[in-house]
Amino acid sequence: MYPEYMNESLKKVTQSRNKRFELAKSGKPVFPPMSAEEREQVLDKFHPDYKPEARRKIHVGPNKGEKLTTEVADMLESHSRIKPELFDLAQADYETDILIIGGGGAGCAAAIIAMENGAKSIISTKLRLGDSNSMMSQGGMQAAVTSQDSPAKHYLDAIGGGHFDNKPELVRILTEDGPEVVKWLEDLGVVWDKNEDGSLQVLHGGGTSRKRMHSCRDYTGAIIMRTLMDVVRNHPDKITSLEFMPTVELILDNKGRCAGGILYNLETEEYFTVKAKATIITTGGYGRLHIRGYDTTNHYGATGDGLVIAYRVGAKLLYMDSVQYHPTGSVFPEQIAGFLITEKIRGAGGQPLNKHGELFVFPREPRDVESSAFIKECLEKNNGIETPSGRFGVWLDSPLIEMLQGEGYINKNFPAMHRQFIRYGIDITAEPMLVYPSLHYQNGGIEIDEKCKTNIPGLYVAGEATGGVHGRNRLMGNSVLDYNVYGRRAGKYVAESIKSVKLGPLTLEHISNYESELKRAKIKTDRIAPVLLPSYTPENVKKRQLTAHYQGTLR
Amino acid sequence: MATKKPAKKKPVKETKTKSTKKNPKKEMATVFIMGKAHEVPAEATIMGAIEYSGYQIIRGAGCREGFCGACATVYRLPDDYKIYTGLACTTLIEDGMWLSQLPAIPAQRPVYDIKKLEANVATFQKLYPEVFRCLACNTCTKACPQDLEVMDYIQAAIRGDIEKVMDISFDCLSCGMCAIRCPAEIVQYNVGLLARRLYGKYLAKESKQLKKRIKEIKEHKYDKEYQELKSMKTEDLKKKYYERNLE
Repeated sequence: MYPEYMNESLKKVTQSRNKRFELAKSGKPVFPPMSAEEREQVLDKFHPDYKPEARRKIHVGPNKGEKLTTEVADMLESHSRIKPELFDLAQADYETDILIIGGGGAGCAAAIIAMENGAKSIISTKLRLGDSNSMMSQGGMQAAVTSQDSPAKHYLDAIGGGHFDNKPELVRILTEDGPEVVKWLEDLGVVWDKNEDGSLQVLHGGGTSRKRMHSCRDYTGAIIMRTLMDVVRNHPDKITSLEFMPTVELILDNKGRCAGGILYNLETEEYFTVKAKATIITTGGYGRLHIRGYDTTNHYGATGDGLVIAYRVGAKLLYMDSVQYHPTGSVFPEQIAGFLITEKIRGAGGQPLNKHGELFVFPREPRDVESSAFIKECLEKNNGIETPSGRFGVWLDSPLIEMLQGEGYINKNFPAMHRQFIRYGIDITAEPMLVYPSLHYQNGGIEIDEKCKTNIPGLYVAGEATGGVHGRNRLMGNSVLDYNVYGRRAGKYVAESIKSVKLGPLTLEHISNYESELKRAKIKTDRIAPVLLPSYTPENVKKRQLTAHYQGTLR
Repeated sequence: MATKKPAKKKPVKETKTKSTKKNPKKEMATVFIMGKAHEVPAEATIMGAIEYSGYQIIRGAGCREGFCGACATVYRLPDDYKIYTGLACTTLIEDGMWLSQLPAIPAQRPVYDIKKLEANVATFQKLYPEVFRCLACNTCTKACPQDLEVMDYIQAAIRGDIEKVMDISFDCLSCGMCAIRCPAEIVQYNVGLLARRLYGKYLAKESKQLKKRIKEIKEHKYDKEYQELKSMKTEDLKKKYYERNLE
């Protein structure tokens, strides 16, 4: 239920709705999309990345001298959780073909395909299997299936959305594998939204020129992730899941090949060594670092752990200066601040409106442009709606969807969103939602080639932890596709590549070397990484926790 | 589509967010976390209250937005004999609430190969025979934090109506509350998952367009178009992008 002082603005939304409905129904553009120059202007002035303090130079490691997102640079310039000399690497606690770090969508897809190609794997995961951003994606997955669409059109949309910074071959693979992934998932038992005749239902997303968003109501990620997990669990002899056991460092052999990792049991506080012929990092993103103080749509464990451990063995990062803010994070009520409101709402015809009930931007610009336009409307034009806790937001007019698509559409296609708000007395079939950009996705990451290979032999990466696929801005529905396409490829190529691998003696020397580099760069810090878990303990409680031994720091 | 229950199990307290002023003063409430009293903001979620009290959650938090089912919580309210269930991330606290999180739910789950199963009632008989012990007591439905008609989909499974199980159980989060409350010891959420997979694989109508597109890609139909796009100078590519027509 909205506070009374918002009633005047809500009234204006209702008043303008009929006119907006007529225009939307006519098929004409509801608002002119921005030109290249207009996009540049709004990004430059309002996107959080473009603030001078948003990036800083990193002083160590393979990207030394480059400007990275400040919070990422801080995280990378930090100490290891372990003392290398305490580990006996001659006798590994576990031995397997492939160590997969991260139990989300990319990790499970990689494990399944690796298994089909004859390789056994261990999945090391910080929380439960499937606890990941993959589980949370709502709106859908892009794939060019319809007759008016083509994979090449999808390619152009993705490259343009990414500001032409994407690695072209990676985008080609992403878009060309799309239809095959839709089929693969259906064969595993994913229930896609379909029409009576069996054709797939498709909608627009931000920055798409054709309708190609495939969905499972607004539980798309949950349906896909639970299916992949179910497959993994049906092969306990080939895939071992180690839950609540994140990998906190990688191990190399004496020839510099990645040969496994050090795992930390969050509950018993023991460390374990895993020896593997190859390693795939599928740790996802970093939303829980709360970059620039933003709320996040990300899951509890999204702390960028894979970036840290890969960087310490010398893996290169790409576009680690670019952060994605999802335009429509929830901003009211306070209890759900930052929660994701799926872009599918705008795909189905929902419109962002200012406090006067006016549409002020094309509803489906690429995410960074759309977000910047929201921020501009609130901060510069002062047309935002203030919440009781002093946040600002714009309306996201969902009742319009019922008018455009027919009564009952929201209940049928947005059960999660409806549920989210009805708990607080807001019925989104009758009232709009209040939204503001929320930290959503790690655009950059560890650089890979077409086979998910990094510059370190034996080290592969797939999913959100990689950089290059999406350039400096990802389009909606391309990350669900990404983790499937590249998770599968990683599984396939790694299984093929390890057949002739013979590992030499194992070492953790790179940890000591990294420490020396920090020292030479005169970096004095008590930061420890991987971060593992964010802390939401209030300051007054922290003051009394005098041992200063939280989970997520040293014990 | 899934039937929506008209009323919530527990009425939504309208006072929660009905602040008429901007920046209202923070009110506090007492909750008993695993029996211990803590003063927390009155408008907190259960998860917010646990963290506000100084706990670092390891088990019991996942997506934090109502999709993963990691934060199953049981609670009681003052002067009320009932046991309530909810997700810690989306359930608001109430003054005097006594709560405990469930770190994991023990559940039987047979290993199976979906390729070797058939989409009919015999599959449930073989893999989850306990489903047929359902007492139709509706406790599972009452326990569901998503307000799904859990008992109805178990009954549908007994009848072999896989489409109905899929439809009703679609929004299931596998939090396990149904299973932990069930007197017939059924693991409802695993039954739902199996039914959804059977439906997607065997019963959903095939898309002809999809089949055709996959064939075209395998026959290299788009190679030329890709080559053209990849060989274009960025300036030309930009021009093409901004001039492309929208569906």
